[in-house]
Amino acid sequence: MNDEEIREGLAAILQEVAGTDPAEVEMDKSFVNDLDVDSLLMVEVVVAAEERFEVSISEDDLKEGSTVGDLVRSIQGVLAAAV
Amino acid sequence: MSSEHAPRRRVVITGCGVISPIGLSSAAFWDSLLAGRSGIARIEDFDVSDLPTQIAAQVKGFDPEQYMPRKVWRRIDPFAQYALAAAVEAVDMAKIEIDEELAPRVGVQIGSGYGPSTIQSQVTLGLQEKGARSIGPFTSAASAIDNAAGEIAIRFGAKGPSGAISTACASGTSAIGEAMRWIQYGACDVVLAGGADQSVTRSDIASACSARALSRRNDDPEHACRPFDNERDGFIMASGAGVLVLEEAERAMRRGAPILAELVGYGASTDAYHPTAPHPEGAGAQQAMRGALTDARIDASEVDYINAHGTSTKLNDRIETLAIRQVLGAHALRVPISSTKSMTGHMIGAAGAVEAIVALHTIRDGVVPPTVNCFDPEDTEVNYVPHTAQEHKVDVAMSNSFGFAGHNAVAILRAWKP
Repeated sequence: MNDEEIREGLAAILQEVAGTDPAEVEMDKSFVNDLDVDSLLMVEVVVAAEERFEVSISEDDLKEGSTVGDLVRSIQGVLAAAV
Repeated sequence: MSSEHAPRRRVVITGCGVISPIGLSSAAFWDSLLAGRSGIARIEDFDVSDLPTQIAAQVKGFDPEQYMPRKVWRRIDPFAQYALAAAVEAVDMAKIEIDEELAPRVGVQIGSGYGPSTIQSQVTLGLQEKGARSIGPFTSAASAIDNAAGEIAIRFGAKGPSGAISTACASGTSAIGEAMRWIQYGACDVVLAGGADQSVTRSDIASACSARALSRRNDDPEHACRPFDNERDGFIMASGAGVLVLEEAERAMRRGAPILAELVGYGASTDAYHPTAPHPEGAGAQQAMRGALTDARIDASEVDYINAHGTSTKLNDRIETLAIRQVLGAHALRVPISSTKSMTGHMIGAAGAVEAIVALHTIRDGVVPPTVNCFDPEDTEVNYVPHTAQEHKVDVAMSNSFGFAGHNAVAILRAWKP
Protein backbone atom coordinates (compact mmCIF):
# COMPACT_ATOMS: atom_id res chain seq x y z
CA MET A 1 0.00 0.00 0.00
CA ASN A 2 1.50 3.37 -0.94
CA ASP A 3 1.25 6.63 0.99
CA GLU A 4 -1.42 8.01 -1.30
CA GLU A 5 -3.68 5.02 -0.73
CA ILE A 6 -3.33 5.44 3.03
CA ARG A 7 -4.02 9.20 2.75
CA GLU A 8 -7.16 8.46 0.75
CA GLY A 9 -8.27 5.97 3.40
CA LEU A 10 -7.75 8.55 6.14
CA ALA A 11 -9.66 11.15 4.11
CA ALA A 12 -12.61 8.73 3.89
CA ILE A 13 -12.48 8.18 7.67
CA LEU A 14 -12.39 11.92 8.36
CA GLN A 15 -15.33 12.47 6.04
CA GLU A 16 -17.26 9.81 7.94
CA VAL A 17 -16.49 10.92 11.48
CA ALA A 18 -16.15 14.69 11.07
CA GLY A 19 -17.71 15.59 7.73
CA THR A 20 -14.32 16.82 6.51
CA ASP A 21 -13.97 17.55 2.79
CA PRO A 22 -11.58 14.83 1.47
CA ALA A 23 -9.79 17.42 -0.68
CA GLU A 24 -8.72 19.19 2.53
CA VAL A 25 -6.92 16.13 3.84
CA GLU A 26 -3.40 16.85 2.58
CA MET A 27 -0.17 15.39 3.93
CA ASP A 28 1.03 18.59 5.60
CA LYS A 29 -2.29 19.43 7.31
CA SER A 30 -2.37 19.28 11.10
CA PHE A 31 -5.39 17.44 12.52
CA VAL A 32 -5.93 19.93 15.33
CA ASN A 33 -4.88 23.18 13.70
CA ASP A 34 -6.03 22.73 10.11
CA LEU A 35 -8.74 20.09 10.12
CA ASP A 36 -10.50 20.91 13.43
CA VAL A 37 -10.08 17.35 14.70
CA ASP A 38 -9.50 17.56 18.46
CA SER A 39 -7.78 14.93 20.58
CA LEU A 40 -11.03 13.09 21.37
CA LEU A 41 -12.15 12.95 17.77
CA MET A 42 -8.61 11.77 16.98
CA VAL A 43 -9.20 8.69 19.15
CA GLU A 44 -12.09 7.82 16.88
CA VAL A 45 -9.99 8.40 13.76
CA VAL A 46 -7.21 6.17 15.06
CA VAL A 47 -9.59 3.33 15.99
CA ALA A 48 -11.21 3.54 12.54
CA ALA A 49 -7.78 3.59 10.88
CA GLU A 50 -6.74 0.50 12.84
CA GLU A 51 -9.78 -1.37 11.57
CA ARG A 52 -9.38 -0.16 8.00
CA PHE A 53 -5.66 -0.88 7.65
CA GLU A 54 -5.57 -3.82 10.08
CA VAL A 55 -2.80 -2.31 12.15
CA SER A 56 -2.30 -1.31 15.77
CA ILE A 57 -1.37 2.34 16.20
CA SER A 58 0.09 3.70 19.39
CA GLU A 59 -1.60 6.90 20.40
CA ASP A 60 1.74 8.06 21.78
CA ASP A 61 2.97 8.37 18.19
CA LEU A 62 0.48 11.17 17.65
CA LYS A 63 1.53 14.34 19.37
CA GLU A 64 -0.09 17.74 19.53
CA GLY A 65 0.01 19.17 16.04
CA SER A 66 0.46 15.83 14.28
CA THR A 67 -0.14 15.99 10.56
CA VAL A 68 -1.90 13.66 8.16
CA GLY A 69 1.57 12.75 6.89
CA ASP A 70 2.68 11.75 10.43
CA LEU A 71 -0.22 9.32 10.71
CA VAL A 72 0.39 7.97 7.20
CA ARG A 73 4.06 7.32 8.09
CA SER A 74 3.07 5.73 11.39
CA ILE A 75 0.69 3.35 9.61
CA GLN A 76 3.29 2.69 6.89
CA GLY A 77 5.85 1.86 9.60
CA VAL A 78 3.61 -0.72 11.24
CA LEU A 79 2.73 -2.26 7.88
CA ALA A 80 6.43 -2.48 6.93
CA ALA A 81 7.34 -4.10 10.25
CA ALA A 82 4.66 -6.73 9.70
CA VAL A 83 6.04 -7.79 6.30
CA MET B 1 -45.47 39.37 53.85
CA SER B 2 -45.74 35.60 53.32
CA SER B 3 -43.29 34.02 50.92
CA GLU B 4 -46.27 32.99 48.82
CA HIS B 5 -46.90 36.62 47.94
CA ALA B 6 -43.34 37.88 47.73
CA PRO B 7 -42.80 39.83 44.52
CA ARG B 8 -41.35 37.62 41.82
CA ARG B 9 -40.16 38.32 38.34
CA ARG B 10 -42.65 37.25 35.69
CA VAL B 11 -41.73 34.61 33.11
CA VAL B 12 -42.93 34.53 29.51
CA ILE B 13 -42.49 32.10 26.64
CA THR B 14 -40.95 33.68 23.55
CA GLY B 15 -40.17 30.63 21.42
CA CYS B 16 -40.90 26.94 21.08
CA GLY B 17 -39.65 23.99 19.10
CA VAL B 18 -40.95 20.44 18.62
CA ILE B 19 -39.62 17.21 17.18
CA SER B 20 -42.43 14.65 17.34
CA PRO B 21 -43.90 11.58 15.68
CA ILE B 22 -46.55 13.84 14.10
CA GLY B 23 -44.46 16.79 13.00
CA LEU B 24 -40.87 18.02 12.92
CA SER B 25 -41.70 21.62 13.87
CA SER B 26 -44.11 23.24 16.31
CA ALA B 27 -46.36 24.34 13.41
CA ALA B 28 -46.47 20.90 11.76
CA PHE B 29 -47.06 19.29 15.17
CA TRP B 30 -49.97 21.63 15.95
CA ASP B 31 -51.55 21.08 12.51
CA SER B 32 -51.42 17.31 13.04
CA LEU B 33 -53.02 17.59 16.48
CA LEU B 34 -55.90 19.69 15.20
CA ALA B 35 -56.40 17.23 12.34
CA GLY B 36 -56.47 14.31 14.79
CA ARG B 37 -53.55 12.57 13.07
CA SER B 38 -51.98 9.58 14.81
CA GLY B 39 -48.23 8.92 14.77
CA ILE B 40 -48.51 5.35 15.97
CA ALA B 41 -47.41 2.48 13.73
CA ARG B 42 -45.67 -0.87 13.73
CA ILE B 43 -41.98 -0.71 14.67
CA GLU B 44 -39.97 -1.53 11.54
CA ASP B 45 -36.39 -0.64 12.43
CA PHE B 46 -35.55 -3.34 14.96
CA ASP B 47 -36.63 -6.86 15.75
CA VAL B 48 -39.88 -6.91 17.71
CA SER B 49 -40.79 -10.56 17.18
CA ASP B 50 -40.31 -11.46 20.85
CA LEU B 51 -41.87 -8.28 22.26
CA PRO B 52 -45.50 -8.32 23.47
CA THR B 53 -45.85 -4.74 22.16
CA GLN B 54 -44.72 -4.18 18.57
CA ILE B 55 -46.04 -0.67 17.94
CA ALA B 56 -44.83 2.79 18.90
CA ALA B 57 -44.89 6.45 17.87
CA GLN B 58 -41.49 7.15 16.36
CA VAL B 59 -39.97 10.28 14.93
CA LYS B 60 -39.78 9.75 11.17
CA GLY B 61 -37.89 11.58 8.45
CA PHE B 62 -35.63 13.44 10.90
CA ASP B 63 -32.33 14.53 9.34
CA PRO B 64 -29.93 15.77 12.04
CA GLU B 65 -27.71 17.34 9.39
CA GLN B 66 -30.39 20.04 8.97
CA TYR B 67 -29.81 21.25 12.50
CA MET B 68 -26.20 20.52 13.46
CA PRO B 69 -22.82 19.59 12.00
CA ARG B 70 -22.04 15.94 11.34
CA LYS B 71 -19.36 16.03 14.01
CA VAL B 72 -22.01 16.91 16.60
CA TRP B 73 -24.81 14.51 15.62
CA ARG B 74 -22.44 11.56 15.31
CA ARG B 75 -21.28 11.89 18.89
CA ILE B 76 -24.70 12.18 20.58
CA ASP B 77 -27.75 10.02 21.18
CA PRO B 78 -30.93 10.57 19.17
CA PHE B 79 -32.62 11.99 22.29
CA ALA B 80 -30.01 14.77 22.36
CA GLN B 81 -30.26 15.31 18.58
CA TYR B 82 -34.00 15.84 18.97
CA ALA B 83 -33.48 18.23 21.88
CA LEU B 84 -30.90 20.26 19.99
CA ALA B 85 -33.11 20.43 16.90
CA ALA B 86 -36.09 21.60 18.98
CA ALA B 87 -33.86 24.22 20.65
CA VAL B 88 -32.75 25.49 17.24
CA GLU B 89 -36.40 26.08 16.27
CA ALA B 90 -37.24 27.70 19.62
CA VAL B 91 -34.27 30.08 19.61
CA ASP B 92 -34.96 31.01 16.02
CA MET B 93 -38.61 31.77 16.82
CA ALA B 94 -37.67 33.89 19.86
CA LYS B 95 -35.27 35.89 17.68
CA ILE B 96 -32.95 36.00 20.65
CA GLU B 97 -29.30 36.81 20.24
CA ILE B 98 -27.10 35.39 22.97
CA ASP B 99 -24.17 37.79 23.08
CA GLU B 100 -21.30 37.97 25.53
CA GLU B 101 -23.27 40.10 27.98
CA LEU B 102 -26.37 37.88 28.00
CA ALA B 103 -24.52 34.52 27.95
CA PRO B 104 -23.95 34.14 31.73
CA ARG B 105 -27.67 34.85 32.28
CA VAL B 106 -28.87 32.08 29.93
CA GLY B 107 -29.60 28.66 31.43
CA VAL B 108 -30.42 25.31 29.85
CA GLN B 109 -32.63 22.71 31.53
CA ILE B 110 -33.57 19.65 29.47
CA GLY B 111 -35.39 16.91 31.35
CA SER B 112 -35.37 13.29 30.29
CA GLY B 113 -36.84 10.10 31.67
CA TYR B 114 -34.58 7.49 30.12
CA GLY B 115 -31.91 9.65 28.47
CA PRO B 116 -29.46 8.21 25.93
CA SER B 117 -30.99 4.71 25.68
CA THR B 118 -29.56 3.99 22.24
CA ILE B 119 -25.97 4.74 23.21
CA GLN B 120 -26.31 2.81 26.45
CA SER B 121 -27.46 -0.27 24.51
CA GLN B 122 -24.62 0.18 22.02
CA VAL B 123 -22.05 0.34 24.82
CA THR B 124 -23.32 -2.87 26.38
CA LEU B 125 -23.37 -4.73 23.07
CA GLY B 126 -20.05 -3.20 21.93
CA LEU B 127 -18.25 -4.27 25.10
CA GLN B 128 -19.55 -7.82 24.74
CA GLU B 129 -18.80 -8.19 21.06
CA LYS B 130 -15.71 -6.07 20.44
CA GLY B 131 -14.28 -5.09 23.81
CA ALA B 132 -13.26 -1.80 25.40
CA ARG B 133 -11.49 -0.40 22.35
CA SER B 134 -14.84 -0.15 20.53
CA ILE B 135 -16.20 2.43 22.98
CA GLY B 136 -15.93 5.86 21.40
CA PRO B 137 -14.23 8.85 23.01
CA PHE B 138 -17.46 10.83 23.37
CA THR B 139 -19.44 7.97 24.92
CA SER B 140 -18.64 9.05 28.46
CA ALA B 141 -20.29 12.43 27.88
CA ALA B 142 -23.00 11.27 25.48
CA SER B 143 -24.22 8.34 27.57
CA ALA B 144 -25.32 10.62 30.41
CA ILE B 145 -28.74 12.19 30.84
CA ASP B 146 -27.39 15.78 31.00
CA ASN B 147 -25.83 15.51 27.54
CA ALA B 148 -28.69 17.21 25.68
CA ALA B 149 -28.44 20.25 27.96
CA GLY B 150 -24.67 20.35 27.54
CA GLU B 151 -24.81 20.20 23.75
CA ILE B 152 -27.47 22.92 23.62
CA ALA B 153 -25.33 25.13 25.87
CA ILE B 154 -22.32 24.61 23.58
CA ARG B 155 -24.36 25.36 20.48
CA PHE B 156 -25.78 28.67 21.75
CA GLY B 157 -23.01 29.70 24.13
CA ALA B 158 -25.38 29.60 27.11
CA LYS B 159 -23.23 30.03 30.22
CA GLY B 160 -25.78 30.17 33.05
CA PRO B 161 -26.81 27.12 35.09
CA SER B 162 -27.60 23.97 33.10
CA GLY B 163 -28.54 20.36 33.60
CA ALA B 164 -31.17 17.67 33.35
CA ILE B 165 -33.93 16.98 35.78
CA SER B 166 -35.23 13.42 35.66
CA THR B 167 -38.70 12.70 37.01
CA ALA B 168 -39.71 9.91 34.61
CA CYS B 169 -42.79 10.85 32.58
CA ALA B 170 -42.99 14.23 34.34
CA SER B 171 -39.44 15.31 33.38
CA GLY B 172 -40.45 17.82 30.71
CA THR B 173 -42.86 19.63 33.01
CA SER B 174 -40.41 19.51 35.90
CA ALA B 175 -37.71 21.04 33.69
CA ILE B 176 -39.97 23.92 32.65
CA GLY B 177 -41.14 24.51 36.22
CA GLU B 178 -37.67 24.48 37.74
CA ALA B 179 -36.39 26.71 34.93
CA MET B 180 -39.20 29.16 35.68
CA ARG B 181 -37.87 29.38 39.26
CA TRP B 182 -34.37 30.21 37.94
CA ILE B 183 -35.84 33.25 36.24
CA GLN B 184 -38.28 34.19 39.00
CA TYR B 185 -35.55 34.22 41.63
CA GLY B 186 -32.94 35.90 39.48
CA ALA B 187 -30.45 33.15 38.63
CA CYS B 188 -31.21 33.56 34.91
CA ASP B 189 -32.90 35.98 32.53
CA VAL B 190 -33.46 33.37 29.82
CA VAL B 191 -33.69 29.57 29.99
CA LEU B 192 -33.92 27.08 27.16
CA ALA B 193 -36.12 24.53 28.90
CA GLY B 194 -37.84 21.35 27.84
CA GLY B 195 -37.53 17.61 27.59
CA ALA B 196 -36.43 14.85 25.27
CA ASP B 197 -36.48 11.06 25.03
CA GLN B 198 -35.92 8.38 22.45
CA SER B 199 -37.06 5.28 24.26
CA VAL B 200 -38.42 3.30 21.35
CA THR B 201 -35.65 0.75 21.81
CA ARG B 202 -35.73 -2.99 22.40
CA SER B 203 -34.66 -2.56 26.01
CA ASP B 204 -37.15 0.19 26.88
CA ILE B 205 -40.05 -1.53 25.14
CA ALA B 206 -39.20 -4.85 26.79
CA SER B 207 -39.03 -3.29 30.26
CA ALA B 208 -42.22 -1.26 29.83
CA CYS B 209 -43.98 -4.40 28.58
CA SER B 210 -42.77 -6.26 31.63
CA ALA B 211 -44.22 -3.50 33.81
CA ARG B 212 -47.52 -4.22 31.98
CA ALA B 213 -47.71 -0.56 31.02
CA LEU B 214 -47.93 -0.76 27.21
CA SER B 215 -50.87 -1.36 24.90
CA ARG B 216 -50.74 -4.70 23.07
CA ARG B 217 -53.17 -3.69 20.35
CA ASN B 218 -50.53 -4.57 17.73
CA ASP B 219 -53.02 -5.25 14.95
CA ASP B 220 -54.63 -1.80 15.19
CA PRO B 221 -51.93 0.80 15.95
CA GLU B 222 -54.08 3.82 15.09
CA HIS B 223 -56.61 2.90 17.75
CA ALA B 224 -54.14 1.55 20.30
CA CYS B 225 -53.77 4.73 22.29
CA ARG B 226 -57.23 5.61 23.63
CA PRO B 227 -56.96 7.81 26.69
CA PHE B 228 -60.10 7.94 28.85
CA ASP B 229 -61.79 5.28 26.70
CA ASN B 230 -63.01 2.23 28.60
CA GLU B 231 -61.30 -0.15 26.15
CA ARG B 232 -57.82 1.31 26.75
CA ASP B 233 -55.09 -1.21 27.53
CA GLY B 234 -51.88 0.74 28.08
CA PHE B 235 -49.69 3.53 26.78
CA ILE B 236 -47.69 3.77 23.56
CA MET B 237 -43.97 4.46 23.75
CA ALA B 238 -42.99 7.51 21.70
CA SER B 239 -39.96 9.64 21.02
CA GLY B 240 -39.33 13.34 20.52
CA ALA B 241 -38.40 16.63 22.12
CA GLY B 242 -39.91 19.95 23.05
CA VAL B 243 -37.99 23.08 24.00
CA LEU B 244 -39.27 26.49 25.11
CA VAL B 245 -37.49 29.78 25.41
CA LEU B 246 -38.45 31.13 28.83
CA GLU B 247 -37.63 34.75 29.36
CA GLU B 248 -37.98 37.35 32.08
CA ALA B 249 -41.04 39.37 31.04
CA GLU B 250 -39.64 42.90 31.17
CA ARG B 251 -36.60 41.91 29.20
CA ALA B 252 -38.78 40.25 26.56
CA MET B 253 -40.96 43.38 26.32
CA ARG B 254 -37.95 45.71 26.09
CA ARG B 255 -36.54 43.86 23.11
CA GLY B 256 -39.94 43.58 21.45
CA ALA B 257 -39.92 39.79 21.52
CA PRO B 258 -42.94 37.78 20.34
CA ILE B 259 -44.61 36.80 23.64
CA LEU B 260 -46.55 33.56 23.18
CA ALA B 261 -47.89 33.18 26.73
CA GLU B 262 -46.95 33.66 30.36
CA LEU B 263 -45.81 30.76 32.51
CA VAL B 264 -47.57 31.46 35.78
CA GLY B 265 -47.63 28.36 37.93
CA TYR B 266 -45.79 25.17 38.76
CA GLY B 267 -46.62 22.49 41.28
CA ALA B 268 -44.69 19.32 42.01
CA SER B 269 -45.30 16.42 44.36
CA THR B 270 -44.55 12.77 44.94
CA ASP B 271 -46.98 9.93 45.64
CA ALA B 272 -44.49 8.02 47.84
CA TYR B 273 -46.68 5.01 47.18
CA HIS B 274 -45.47 2.57 44.46
CA PRO B 275 -42.75 2.37 41.75
CA THR B 276 -45.24 2.37 38.88
CA ALA B 277 -48.85 2.59 40.11
CA PRO B 278 -50.37 5.96 40.94
CA HIS B 279 -51.79 6.63 44.38
CA PRO B 280 -55.37 5.21 44.37
CA GLU B 281 -57.00 8.56 45.11
CA GLY B 282 -54.50 10.56 43.07
CA ALA B 283 -53.37 12.36 46.21
CA GLY B 284 -50.06 13.39 44.65
CA ALA B 285 -51.73 14.49 41.43
CA GLN B 286 -54.20 16.62 43.37
CA GLN B 287 -51.43 18.13 45.46
CA ALA B 288 -49.44 19.07 42.32
CA MET B 289 -52.49 20.64 40.62
CA ARG B 290 -53.41 22.59 43.76
CA GLY B 291 -49.78 23.63 44.19
CA ALA B 292 -49.63 24.96 40.65
CA LEU B 293 -52.89 26.91 41.09
CA THR B 294 -51.67 28.44 44.36
CA ASP B 295 -48.34 29.27 42.76
CA ALA B 296 -50.16 30.96 39.87
CA ARG B 297 -52.60 32.71 42.24
CA ILE B 298 -55.39 31.37 40.09
CA ASP B 299 -58.67 29.87 41.29
CA ALA B 300 -59.56 26.42 39.98
CA SER B 301 -62.69 27.91 38.39
CA GLU B 302 -60.52 30.05 36.09
CA VAL B 303 -58.94 27.08 34.28
CA ASP B 304 -60.11 27.03 30.64
CA TYR B 305 -58.32 23.94 29.33
CA ILE B 306 -56.49 20.96 30.78
CA ASN B 307 -53.95 19.04 28.75
CA ALA B 308 -54.24 15.82 30.69
CA HIS B 309 -51.43 13.38 31.35
CA GLY B 310 -53.93 10.88 29.85
CA THR B 311 -51.58 8.01 29.03
CA SER B 312 -54.24 5.41 28.09
CA THR B 313 -53.39 3.15 31.01
CA LYS B 314 -56.29 1.80 33.06
CA LEU B 315 -55.06 3.38 36.28
CA ASN B 316 -53.77 6.77 35.17
CA ASP B 317 -56.84 7.84 33.28
CA ARG B 318 -59.30 6.78 35.94
CA ILE B 319 -57.33 8.35 38.78
CA GLU B 320 -56.47 11.51 36.84
CA THR B 321 -60.16 12.10 36.14
CA LEU B 322 -60.98 11.64 39.83
CA ALA B 323 -58.16 13.98 40.83
CA ILE B 324 -59.28 16.69 38.39
CA ARG B 325 -62.83 16.40 39.74
CA GLN B 326 -61.54 16.75 43.29
CA VAL B 327 -59.49 19.85 42.49
CA LEU B 328 -61.88 21.62 40.09
CA GLY B 329 -65.20 20.53 41.63
CA ALA B 330 -68.20 21.33 39.42
CA HIS B 331 -65.94 23.29 37.07
CA ALA B 332 -64.36 19.94 36.00
CA LEU B 333 -67.52 19.30 33.96
CA ARG B 334 -67.27 22.64 32.12
CA VAL B 335 -63.60 22.64 31.20
CA PRO B 336 -62.37 20.79 28.09
CA ILE B 337 -59.85 18.09 29.05
CA SER B 338 -57.91 16.34 26.31
CA SER B 339 -54.99 13.98 25.96
CA THR B 340 -52.78 14.67 22.96
CA LYS B 341 -50.94 11.42 23.77
CA SER B 342 -53.83 9.80 21.89
CA MET B 343 -51.97 10.99 18.76
CA THR B 344 -48.35 11.43 19.83
CA GLY B 345 -48.04 8.42 22.09
CA HIS B 346 -46.13 8.94 25.31
CA MET B 347 -42.93 10.86 24.63
CA ILE B 348 -41.79 10.27 28.26
CA GLY B 349 -39.46 13.15 29.18
CA ALA B 350 -40.52 15.14 26.14
CA ALA B 351 -44.23 14.76 26.92
CA GLY B 352 -44.59 17.58 29.43
CA ALA B 353 -42.58 19.94 27.27
CA VAL B 354 -44.55 19.39 24.07
CA GLU B 355 -47.78 19.45 26.05
CA ALA B 356 -46.90 22.87 27.49
CA ILE B 357 -46.41 23.87 23.85
CA VAL B 358 -49.88 22.49 23.11
CA ALA B 359 -51.22 24.61 25.97
CA LEU B 360 -49.72 27.81 24.58
CA HIS B 361 -51.17 27.06 21.14
CA THR B 362 -54.65 26.66 22.65
CA ILE B 363 -54.26 30.11 24.22
CA ARG B 364 -53.05 31.60 20.93
CA ASP B 365 -55.63 30.00 18.63
CA GLY B 366 -58.70 29.46 20.82
CA VAL B 367 -58.88 25.83 19.72
CA VAL B 368 -58.25 22.74 21.84
CA PRO B 369 -56.99 19.53 20.23
CA PRO B 370 -59.02 16.34 20.56
CA THR B 371 -58.58 13.07 22.40
CA VAL B 372 -58.82 10.64 19.51
CA ASN B 373 -60.18 7.11 20.07
CA CYS B 374 -62.24 8.17 23.08
CA PHE B 375 -65.38 6.32 21.96
CA ASP B 376 -66.67 5.07 25.31
CA PRO B 377 -65.60 7.61 27.93
CA GLU B 378 -64.39 6.74 31.41
CA ASP B 379 -66.52 9.55 32.83
CA THR B 380 -69.56 10.43 30.75
CA GLU B 381 -69.97 13.87 32.34
CA VAL B 382 -66.49 15.12 31.41
CA ASN B 383 -65.71 16.81 28.08
CA TYR B 384 -62.68 14.83 26.92
CA VAL B 385 -62.88 16.60 23.52
CA PRO B 386 -63.50 13.30 21.71
CA HIS B 387 -62.45 12.80 18.08
CA THR B 388 -62.34 16.41 16.86
CA ALA B 389 -60.88 19.72 17.97
CA GLN B 390 -63.19 22.23 19.68
CA GLU B 391 -63.18 26.02 19.75
CA HIS B 392 -62.78 27.42 23.24
CA LYS B 393 -61.46 30.75 24.40
CA VAL B 394 -58.48 29.80 26.56
CA ASP B 395 -56.90 32.29 28.95
CA VAL B 396 -55.61 29.76 31.44
CA ALA B 397 -54.32 26.31 30.45
CA MET B 398 -53.11 23.60 32.81
CA SER B 399 -50.74 20.83 31.73
CA ASN B 400 -50.52 17.67 33.85
CA SER B 401 -47.63 15.21 33.97
CA PHE B 402 -47.55 12.23 36.30
CA GLY B 403 -44.63 9.83 36.24
CA PHE B 404 -43.46 6.45 37.41
CA ALA B 405 -41.99 6.59 40.91
CA GLY B 406 -44.92 8.86 41.75
CA HIS B 407 -43.37 12.05 40.38
CA ASN B 408 -46.07 14.63 39.63
CA ALA B 409 -45.61 18.00 37.96
CA VAL B 410 -48.18 20.51 36.76
CA ALA B 411 -47.60 23.72 34.81
CA ILE B 412 -50.06 26.57 34.25
CA LEU B 413 -49.85 28.98 31.33
CA ARG B 414 -51.87 32.15 30.89
CA ALA B 415 -52.54 34.54 28.03
CA TRP B 416 -50.00 37.35 28.27
CA LYS B 417 -51.26 40.59 29.75
CA PRO B 418 -48.52 43.14 30.51
